[in-house]
Amino acid sequence: MKSSVITFPGSNCDRDMDVALKKFGFRNKMVWHNDIELPKSDLVVLPGGFSYGDYLRCGSMASKSKIMQSVINFAKSGGLVMGVCNGFQILVETGLVPGVLLRNKYLEFICKNVFIKIENKDNPYFKNLEKDIFEFHIAHNEGNYFCTKDQLKEIEDNNQVAIYYCNNQGKTEEEFNPNGSIKNIAGIFNKEKNVLGMMPHPERMIDKSLSGEDGSLFFKNLIKNIK
Amino acid sequence: MKISAIITLKKDVLDPQGKVIHQTLDGMGFKDVSEVRQGKYFEIDVKENDPNKAKGMVEDMCKKLLANLVIENYKIIETQ
Repeated sequence: MKSSVITFPGSNCDRDMDVALKKFGFRNKMVWHNDIELPKSDLVVLPGGFSYGDYLRCGSMASKSKIMQSVINFAKSGGLVMGVCNGFQILVETGLVPGVLLRNKYLEFICKNVFIKIENKDNPYFKNLEKDIFEFHIAHNEGNYFCTKDQLKEIEDNNQVAIYYCNNQGKTEEEFNPNGSIKNIAGIFNKEKNVLGMMPHPERMIDKSLSGEDGSLFFKNLIKNIK
Repeated sequence: MKISAIITLKKDVLDPQGKVIHQTLDGMGFKDVSEVRQGKYFEIDVKENDPNKAKGMVEDMCKKLLANLVIENYKIIETQ
């Protein structure tokens, strides 16, 4: 299986993502933001970081970079595109997934492990996962998911919420919401479920001795689903 | 020709920075403030001398990059 990770100026989780993808069997290529053509890929990943220094709005500049037109075309033709953290912010700025990511409610940069709950597994990312509650890592200043009431209704009607922040029991109450996101939303799909944007970092949970193994479960399952 | 644009958060969007500024102003003794909303200001020098065309260009920039219309409004405020 082939994957591509896009590196923007200021990306800093691109190599972590490369390590994670390769560890679980992807043949990964790093792609520079100024390239025009995307290599043949089964999965394209927009990594975390601070592309363009988070100038203007997080992800806004990167969403207009040269490679993104190819990424958008790839997504529109049904290709799998996953954005993590800053990658999620880039995805919302392209309009591939609805909503925006605002500054965290309490104005702090949050860097910690959180629990997330997967509700809908009818998609190529989560299909066949054996559990619903995962421990992932978040590190962001702008992860407060926001959308209009009409958008929220559409998102919920189409089962587009990918993951929710929760506690270790899967309870999605406000007290387990780290950043003020509407309805504890941590990740969103596009309507067709081939584009996934999420704030938590699965690539930081792929080593038992360093962090945890929940990311390993995610990547192992993902490559099986794509095969 | 210089055109300016102001980007503001829409009414329903939470503005935590504005809230903190409000609280700080309150603490400093500015008691007669009911709300503070923080926004962005751009001064753009365009190579166009027709004011309407110049404003049109900046409006296009606001729609495509400078503002995110899900959460922000823009106003073209002055011409020089």
